[in-house]
Amino acid sequence: MLHFIKKLYYGDIPDANSGAAPSSDQQQAVTDWPLWEVFIRSKQGLDHKHVGSLHATDAQMAIENARDVYTRRQEGVSIWVVESKYITASNPAEAGELYEPAADKVYRHPTFYDLPDEVKHM
Amino acid sequence: MGTHNLEELFQQKIDKEVKIEPKDWMPEAYRKTNLRQISQHAHSEIVGMLPEGNWISRAPSLKRKAILIAKVQDEAGHGLYLYAAAETLGQSREQMINDLHSGKAKYSSIFNYPTLTWADMGAVGWLVDGAAIMNQVMLTRTSYGPYARAMVRICKEESFHQRQGFETLLVLSKGSKEQRAMCQDAINRWWWPALMMFGPRDSESTNSDMSMKWKIKRKTNDELRQQFVDMIAEQVKLLGMTLPDPNLRWNESRNHYDFGEINWDEFWQVVKGNGPCNKQRLDARRKAWEEGAWVREAAQAYANKQRTRKKAA
Amino acid sequence: MQQALLDYTLYLADSALILGQRNSAWCGHGPVLEQDIAITNITLDLIGQARSLYQYAAQLKGGEATEDTLAYLRSEREYKNCLLAERPNGDWGQTILRQFLFSCFQRELYTWLAKEKDATLAAIATKSLKEVNYHCRWSGEWVVRLGDGTAESHTRLVTALENLWPYTGELFKGADYEVALGLDPATLHTSWLSAVQSTLEEATVSLAPHASCFMQLGGKTGVHSEELGYILTDLQYLQRVYPGCDW
Repeated sequence: MLHFIKKLYYGDIPDANSGAAPSSDQQQAVTDWPLWEVFIRSKQGLDHKHVGSLHATDAQMAIENARDVYTRRQEGVSIWVVESKYITASNPAEAGELYEPAADKVYRHPTFYDLPDEVKHM
Repeated sequence: MGTHNLEELFQQKIDKEVKIEPKDWMPEAYRKTNLRQISQHAHSEIVGMLPEGNWISRAPSLKRKAILIAKVQDEAGHGLYLYAAAETLGQSREQMINDLHSGKAKYSSIFNYPTLTWADMGAVGWLVDGAAIMNQVMLTRTSYGPYARAMVRICKEESFHQRQGFETLLVLSKGSKEQRAMCQDAINRWWWPALMMFGPRDSESTNSDMSMKWKIKRKTNDELRQQFVDMIAEQVKLLGMTLPDPNLRWNESRNHYDFGEINWDEFWQVVKGNGPCNKQRLDARRKAWEEGAWVREAAQAYANKQRTRKKAA
Repeated sequence: MQQALLDYTLYLADSALILGQRNSAWCGHGPVLEQDIAITNITLDLIGQARSLYQYAAQLKGGEATEDTLAYLRSEREYKNCLLAERPNGDWGQTILRQFLFSCFQRELYTWLAKEKDATLAAIATKSLKEVNYHCRWSGEWVVRLGDGTAESHTRLVTALENLWPYTGELFKGADYEVALGLDPATLHTSWLSAVQSTLEEATVSLAPHASCFMQLGGKTGVHSEELGYILTDLQYLQRVYPGCDW
């Protein structure tokens, strides 16, 4: 039972039959740019709000992309970008003590963290 | 806490309209269905840039050119919002793109039709975006949080698209003989494919039950299709044009428009890959991706070098 | 004087439009979604600039002239865009380098025009400058990424530079109408070259091989390359086939 729940908490392992190229680390590094989370403050006096994510190779590119996509080039807007892997998230209420300490990433992205071998092959 | 309890808690949230967020427990089937639906929606936005992009260089006025470019750019942005939402469910952008290019993932069949004349820009905006909006408004209330939020953002931008499409046709409908003929011809070619956007009949739709129970879908295919017909049948009158359906007529007792039977053969053929542009659309996307590989690699290589330099400094 | 001002405005408008038209071909075909959006944004800016300039030109011309009659009903020998704008897109490297060379020039030009006596041109230049600064930054960053990225991207960028450099001279060689207005762009060259050189250095690309490059001329006076005819065929098709219609 615990094994079954652990599988779900670690997020999705790509389908064996999916058309995706094998996700060896090498290939991932070269062709899949890192994921960044974007926070926008649209007006002075408000808080920054999480609006979504995008792919970029560095912070400068991420900010420019965020400006293009999430603000449509508005002036006077403040943008924060953070690589998704650097965000630590709390766990939902119902999980309680069942959560593994490693499962503190924002989402179930398979590349965010190292899976133990037995989980990799499930 | 057993899985059964988690399932109950999950369904309670759904029933109480509490949104499901990325880290919440969810049945595997719920995750998979959302992932498939959101990623296919994202693919549709991206592939959808192609039939309209086809007329950017030939837009007949500078204003129309700017409007069309802005519209196609919006679609790219929508694709991005949706890929972002899908990535919260455990699949990377690259995996999704590979699935699209391999043919494993689908996208909306409507984009497998060609845009043959300028009037098609109007018809696509009015009918295709019109149909999409109907679906999208419903999805702003979908149970998965990131998807619902992406849809709210998309809907804000989408209504301008439909209005622009209609307005493009309105100008043609008041123009020269050739323009009026161009307008009617585009409507004739896009009407039935637009109706097909709502999918198979409810009686033949396999995914519907669970999707409705989990509030991934909030209205059935037939309900949405009927809503669309009722709306367009009125709007077409403002253009002084007709819809190519001899069986279209107002039914007083139902309080809806009756309409003719969709050519389901054509529907399934296009879904299977035999539409006029299926190959061309995927070839274009594959080509863009493959020819862009050196660019993506270069940017990543540069970023890596910079990181190394900063550390050494 | 009025004719010179009209010609000058058309030169600015045509250059922005033709470059925008070229860039717009990337829409839906960019190397990555986020960059597709970025270059399309730049395209919209360029078309916006073109529209403002054509509207002013229509005013200067008077009669029934509109932004559209000027863009859609003038033929190859009447177009005054610089040759650089009509160069083919090539690969992503050539496109961003073309943008960089052009935008750095626009930055110099618009900074200068913002202080000009002609109030309308000054206003258009001032407004466009914000966008142009962003174009310089965005394209400059790509020049560096590609020049200092992989061996392949470096080679492609070097090839792009070879292809484009011969068309940069024209930007600084004043056409008659520029000289007549006292707006000889030769004065902008040093500053432009310094900005371009510094970015190319950072991109590990040398300008030395191009030091005595022969510069192609003619666009600003209506003598274009074979490229423009095809660009206009697309651009003007509908208005030519259905003359006198509203769209």
